[in-house]
Parts: sequence; structure tokens; C-alpha cells
Amino acid sequence: MDTFAFYVFAAIAVIASLLVVGQRNPMYSVMLLITSFGALAGLYVLLDAPFTAVTQIIIYAGAIMVLFLFVVMLLNVPREEPLPRAIAGMIGPSGMRIGAVLSLLLGVEMLWAISHLTLGGQSDLLPNDFRPEYAEPVSSVANIGRALFTEHAFAFEVTSVLILVAMVGAVVLARKEH
Amino acid sequence: MVPLSHYLLLSGLLFSIGTAGVFLRRNLITVLLSIEIMLNAVNLTFVAVGRAQGTVDGQIITFFVMTVAAAEAAVGLAIVIALFRHRETLSPDAFTSLKW
Amino acid sequence: MLLLIPLLPFAGFVVNAFLGRRLPKSVSGGIACLVMIGAFLVSVVSAWPLLGHGGHPIEQVVFDWLSSGALRVPFALRLDQLSSLMILVVTGIGSLIHIYSVGYMHEETDSEYARYFSYLNLFASFMLVLVLGASFPVMFVGWEGVGLCSYLLIGFYYAKQSAADAGKKAFVVNRIGDFGFILGMLLIFVTFETLDFQGVAAAAALRAPETLGMGVMTIATLLLFVGATGKSAQLPLHVWLPDAMEGPTPVSALIHAATMVTAGVYMIGRNAVLFSHAPMTLEIVAGIGVATALMAGTIGLVQNDIKRVLAYSTVSQLGYMFLAMGVGAYAAGIFHLYTHAFFKALLFLGSGAVIHALAGEQDLRNMGGLKKYLPVTYWTFLIGALAIAGVPFLSGFFSKDEILFKTFVGTEHSHGSKLLWVIGAMTSLLTAIYMFRLVFLTFHGERRAAAVSSHDAHGGHGHGAPHDAPPSMAIPLVVLAIGSVVAGFVGVPHALGGHNLIEGFLEPSFEVHRTAEAAGAPTAEAVSEARAVPLTGQGEAGEATHAAPADVATERMLMAVSTGIAVAGIGVAMFFWLRRPAAAAALERQFSGVHRLLQNKYYLDEIYNAVIVQPIKQLSTGALWKSMDVGLIDGTVNGVGAGVQGFSTSLRRLQTGSVRTYAASLFLGAALILGWYLWS
Repeated sequence: MDTFAFYVFAAIAVIASLLVVGQRNPMYSVMLLITSFGALAGLYVLLDAPFTAVTQIIIYAGAIMVLFLFVVMLLNVPREEPLPRAIAGMIGPSGMRIGAVLSLLLGVEMLWAISHLTLGGQSDLLPNDFRPEYAEPVSSVANIGRALFTEHAFAFEVTSVLILVAMVGAVVLARKEH
Repeated sequence: MVPLSHYLLLSGLLFSIGTAGVFLRRNLITVLLSIEIMLNAVNLTFVAVGRAQGTVDGQIITFFVMTVAAAEAAVGLAIVIALFRHRETLSPDAFTSLKW
Repeated sequence: MLLLIPLLPFAGFVVNAFLGRRLPKSVSGGIACLVMIGAFLVSVVSAWPLLGHGGHPIEQVVFDWLSSGALRVPFALRLDQLSSLMILVVTGIGSLIHIYSVGYMHEETDSEYARYFSYLNLFASFMLVLVLGASFPVMFVGWEGVGLCSYLLIGFYYAKQSAADAGKKAFVVNRIGDFGFILGMLLIFVTFETLDFQGVAAAAALRAPETLGMGVMTIATLLLFVGATGKSAQLPLHVWLPDAMEGPTPVSALIHAATMVTAGVYMIGRNAVLFSHAPMTLEIVAGIGVATALMAGTIGLVQNDIKRVLAYSTVSQLGYMFLAMGVGAYAAGIFHLYTHAFFKALLFLGSGAVIHALAGEQDLRNMGGLKKYLPVTYWTFLIGALAIAGVPFLSGFFSKDEILFKTFVGTEHSHGSKLLWVIGAMTSLLTAIYMFRLVFLTFHGERRAAAVSSHDAHGGHGHGAPHDAPPSMAIPLVVLAIGSVVAGFVGVPHALGGHNLIEGFLEPSFEVHRTAEAAGAPTAEAVSEARAVPLTGQGEAGEATHAAPADVATERMLMAVSTGIAVAGIGVAMFFWLRRPAAAAALERQFSGVHRLLQNKYYLDEIYNAVIVQPIKQLSTGALWKSMDVGLIDGTVNGVGAGVQGFSTSLRRLQTGSVRTYAASLFLGAALILGWYLWS
């Protein structure tokens, strides 16, 4: 059952991502990305991380994607234009091809790396199988909260400053000039 | 249960897709979206490995990544808006003032 | 006290150099003359104790100069018999020439006038350091300094191209000689571990003379002689002296007749002990001396510029001095140096008076008949000419004769050579001829003015008839003329009943002090005692072969021969240039090839130019300048610049301005790093 769920969610995530990258209309891209995030949330649930799943939906799909949506609608972005003639060199069809090749390269590399690491054997740091007894401590929100506010309290506080800065920055940057 | 390697492969795949999107798309917003994909792939990796190791550290990191992603998205979009106001276009190729 | 002697002129230099521009001519000239006269007085006072018997040399260490490892050279001045004679000559004749210059240079501007006197004082200061130095390095300071002043003064009229060139030529040729001098000095230090003159003499005396050829002392002395050749204008480095006549005439008189050019002779005299231990060098010195004397004499015969004739005459007389040194007759050489200073300075100053009177004319062919316009100049000039020709009982007679006599019979350091005597005698004949040619063409006959109106360097008097020298110029002429007559009396040889006082006086300087040579050290008294009695040559070991009766007869005979030569020379000159000038012109036409060869100084300058100067210029231009400096060094520097530029140009293409390109490079990097980790 879990396996099946995994493959379904995985498939949705990959296909949605591919379409985000692949198709032209930015509005559709945003929507598809929300779908992808949803699939990922499902995967998190499968990984005994309900808190993360919910956070994913609330923050990513709920806040960030909505922000994207606002911007897309504000700017009234049309379908993607063809490349302006004036720019040559690294950009343009040759650039695209290079980019595509690079991504392919990266992907192949990672897949190779991962399989090399994991399929080879088990290690303590990277055990290939999920032990059932770990499900309980991992999924507990209390545990997350405890760790967050004790061990990583400093990072937590700094993050709040970061959000403040980002907020101010966003307001300043997007202001209309008079 | 699906072994860890599957999750890792999946996240690698998603990361590659995101990378491809950063290069290949000619719309700034879509580029930002691709970046979000990449970040999510990374999140998946963290959670999966955290689950495998039996610690909550993976999820904690994910928490922070999401926060930063939010901040970054906000500022990034603000910049996109400013750029759009300036040039009326969202193609990254239009902004080449720093060209030699 | 000794330090005052060079210090006074140096003070004059400082004053005139820094304040001269603002001082009126009377003040700057006055200061210059006063310091020289002051130096002369101090010299007299310092030398007085030495002039009697029983005087001891004085040494004064001014400060500790070089001190490094085995090398210890204090800046020390030393006054002994030889240097006392030299300082009297330098300061005495120097003072007279300074006084003369007051009148001669009067038409210059205030600042030029002061500049002239500052250089002249500086020269005197350096020359005195040269002569008083107690060791090689101190002498070398003076040596180089006078070379510098020579350059400054030859090129005094620096706006004139030929003067500037002449100054450079003098300096460069001098430097070539100095190179030899330095090498000699270094070799001496390595061999004897001291550079003090007394120390070197003592160390050399402990060795045997190098009769079998090239020992260390021979090589060292040869190198020192190279330096002397440059400074004293001997073959082959004589070429700068005639060109040096571009300088003002008093400069020619002081530097290029009386003092600086004698530095080479003095240097050999100073190192007499060392040179005596290197017989081969002495032979070479004598040979070059006499060859130079002959060569210069022949050239002087056909020159048409009054100063050039005198210049070649100087070269020729210097050759005599070196001949003397080369046969070991050191005292005779210095004696001739001393008498020559008088009459040569006199001749130059006289020619200066002529040039001054004729508003800058220097060509003999445009002179003549000046006897009645310039009486003082004429009579003093005549006395100088008679002295140089070797007419009996004038100073030149005694000194030149002493040299020729010693050449004929030899000394304790050398065998003497009949051949050298013959050449020396021939040169005497030439001396008399060219000197009186000069006298007759300038002062006798008819006035052959090219254009009577004034033109040229001397600012133009615009007078109808030439006027004689003003008092400031005339008085030195008269004093020098008196000197030319009486100076020789300190060296009357035994053959004529004299005591040859000067030889006795100088003898201690040519020997090592405080060294008991065999059978008791000969003191000044004992030697002059021996001389007073013209006996056979017993007495101190190895001393005095000159007092034998056979020698007396030889000497008298040789004196008679030289007198005959002098008279003959004057007679020849009278014939060709007084009685029958046409004959001279005819002879010139008949031997036109020889005449041209002589007039062009045996084409030596041209040969040097072709063989040395041009190849060096080619090398410098082609190889060193174009290839190395421009090509290699500039090329490298520019190449580095161009390389950086090229590299940057290609590198900056990375700045495409496109965000996507940047992202691509980011990922490329990430991929590479990942690959690195995977594969290692």
C-alpha cells in the first residue's frame, strides 16, 4: 500500500514539475506547482512527518504560491515571447542546448551518485531501510518543538529577523517611484 | 516500505528538473518557480534521511528552508516587479546592462 | 696644517659656486686668487723645513676613511720632498694663472666668470689632494677630481658643439686610463696588502727586481702606467689633449701644461721604488715616452692653430718626462716637470695674450708682425721659446739635458740606450724648429690679418691695432719669464761645477724610508756630500755612478751637442719662416702627402673612430639598444601588459550580462565539484 502510494505521489510530483518547466503559460505553471507541492506533502506523510506535510501545504502552497499568483496576475504576464534578436552568444538556442546538456549531466551525475551510495550497501549514517521504531519519535510534533526551541533556538530567532528584513526589502523594492 | 534510495532518486530527479527550468525558461517568474522546485527536492532529501536516521533534525532543517524560501520568494518577486516596471518585459535576456 | 693647502681652494670653490652669481666680478675673482695665494703661502711655510737638510716628511691623517677587513685606508696627506716641490709648482703657478684669468676672462658675464673661477679653484684643490695623498685611494680621489674639472673646464663654452665634444672626449679617454689605474691599484693591494705609498715601497724593496719578465709588480706597474698614459696624454691615449684646446687659454695653461698632465709623471715618481723593481715596465715607459715625443714633435711642425702647436709641444715634452722616468732618472723627470711648468705656462699665457689682442684669432696664417704691437708679450714669449728649445743656461737646457744625459749613460735602474738618446735628440731638433716657426709666424714678418675687424669669441674689441696685455695678464707673464730663466739653476749638474741640488733634494723621496739598505742608509746630507766631489763612484752601495770623470766628459759633450741642435733648429726655422717663406710653401707642396699625414695627426683619431668608436656604436645601437633594450626588456614589459590585456579581454566575455549564463556556470561548477568528489 505504501509503495503504491509512493509511486503515485512520485509520479504526480515529477510530471507536474516537468510541466511547470515545460509549458508556456505562467498561470498554469503556478497551478501545476501547487499540485506538485501537494504530492510532496503526501510523500512527507508517508515518511512519518505530518508536521512537515502540513507546514508544506500552509506555507508553500498556501502562502508562497499565492504570492506568485498575485504577481502573475498583477503583471499580466503574457505567453512567453520569442527571444529578442539583438542578443547573441551564450544566450539563444545554443545557450539552451548547453543548458539542457548541463541539466542532463547534473541529473545523471546525481542519480549515479545516489545509487552508488545507497545501493551499494548499508551504512550507519545512511541506512537504506526505514526502521519502523523510528516512526514514533520522528513524527512527534512535541519532539520537533523541543528541538526547535532548545538546540536550534538561535537559528529560529535569526530566521525571524530574516523574515523582517525580507519584508522590509520587498516593500522597498516594489515601491513605485515618484 | 520503499527504501531510502528511492526517495533520494526522486529528489535528485526533481532537482534536475528544477535546474533545467532555471536555464531553459525565458520568463523570470517561471525561473523563480523552478528554484522553488529545487528547494523542495532538497527538503524531501532532508526529511527522508532524517527519517532513516531516526532524528528530527531533518524536519527542523526543512522548516528553516521553507522560511528562507518564503523570504527569498518575496524579495525575488519584488525585484521582478521592479524590473517589469522598468522594462515591460520579463525575459531574463532583456536585462544585460552588466554586459562587458 | 697640511689640510689647509687643498682646503683653501676648495673653500674658494664653494663660495664661488654657490654665491658667485650674485657677486661682482672683482669679488669672485678676488676670492679665487686670494685662496690660491693663501695656499701658496701655506705651502711655502710647510715646505720650508724640508728645504734645508735634515727635514722630515710630515704626515697628517684627516679622518679614518676606509676600514673593511684587511683594507685600512685613512684619508691621509703626506708632505715629503717630492710633494713639496709639486705643491709649490701647483699653488705658485696656479696663483699666477688665476691672476691672469682675472684679466683674460673679463668679458664674460658675472655668473660665467664665477663659474670659471669656481671650477679653477676646485681643480687646484683636487690637484693638491692628488699630490699630497699618502696612499693610492687618496691620490685616486684627486686623480678623478682633476679629470672631472678638466672636463668641466674644457667644455666651459658648453654652447659650442666642438667644446662640448672635446670635454667628453677628454673625460672618456681619461677614464680608459683610469680603468688601468684601478686594476693596478687592486693588484697592488692583493699583492702587498697595503695601499699606503710608504708601505708599498717598503714591501716592494723586500723583493728582488723582476728582471726576467712578467711578475706581479711588472703587471701592476704596467696597469698604473696605462692610467698615466691617459692622464698625461701619451701614445695611444694622447688624442684628447689637442682637442682640449677648446677650453679657455688659462685653462690650457694650468691644466694641460703645468699641472694635471704631469700627474702621470708624478705618480711614477711617487712609486719609484715599485717601478724600479719592474725593469720591463721601465723600458716600456721609456719607449712610449720617446715615441710620443717624436710623434708629437712631427705633428706640431705643421699645425696652424697657435694653441694646437703648444698642445703637441706639451705632449712631446711629457714624452721626455716619461723617457726620464723610464731610464730610472726620476729626479731628472721631475726637474723637467718643474721647469716645463714655467715655460709652458708662459707660452700658453702668451698665446692667450695674442688671441686676446686679435679678438679671437688663433690661426697662425692670419698673424704676423705682432712684435711691435705686443712688446711685453713678445719678449716673454721669446724667453719661453728659448727655454723650451734648450738654449744654454735657461731652465729648459738644464732639465732636458739631464734627461738626455741619463738616457745616454743609464742609471742604477737602467742601462740607458743610445737609440733612445738619438730619438730624443731628434725630437729636440724638432722642438726648436716648431717653436720658432711659431714665434716667427706670429710675431715677425708682415701682418697677415684675415679681416682686421673684430669678430669671434672674444666679444670684439673693434680696435684698429691690437693692444698688448693689460697688467693683470702682463705681470704673470713677466714672473713666469723670470722663472723660466732662473728655475733651472737648482739643477746645475756637476759637469758644469754645480751641485745638482734638486737631484739631491728629491733623492729621499725615491727611496724607502727607515730601511737600512746595505752599508748605511744614505741621508740627504751624505748624498749631496758625495755629489759635491766629482769623484769615482764609490761610497754607498750601488750609488752614484754619475760622478765619474768619464761621465763628466760625456756630459759636457752631450751638452755641446744639444746646444748645437738647438741653434740648428732655430736656424732652420729662421730660414723657412723668416727669410724665405716661399721655400716653406714649396717644401709643403713637394711632400704634400707627408704634410697631409702630419696635419691630420697620422689619422689616429680617424683610426680610433673606425676601429673602436663605430663598432661600439653599432653594437650599442643594434644589439644592445634595439635587440635587448627595446626588444627584450621593453618587449617583456609590454608583453606582460599585452598578455594581461589579452587575457582580460577573453576573460571579460564571461560577463554576458545574462542571468541565465550565470546560472549555467553555477551549475556547471556544481556538476564539476560533484564529479570531483565522486571520482576521488
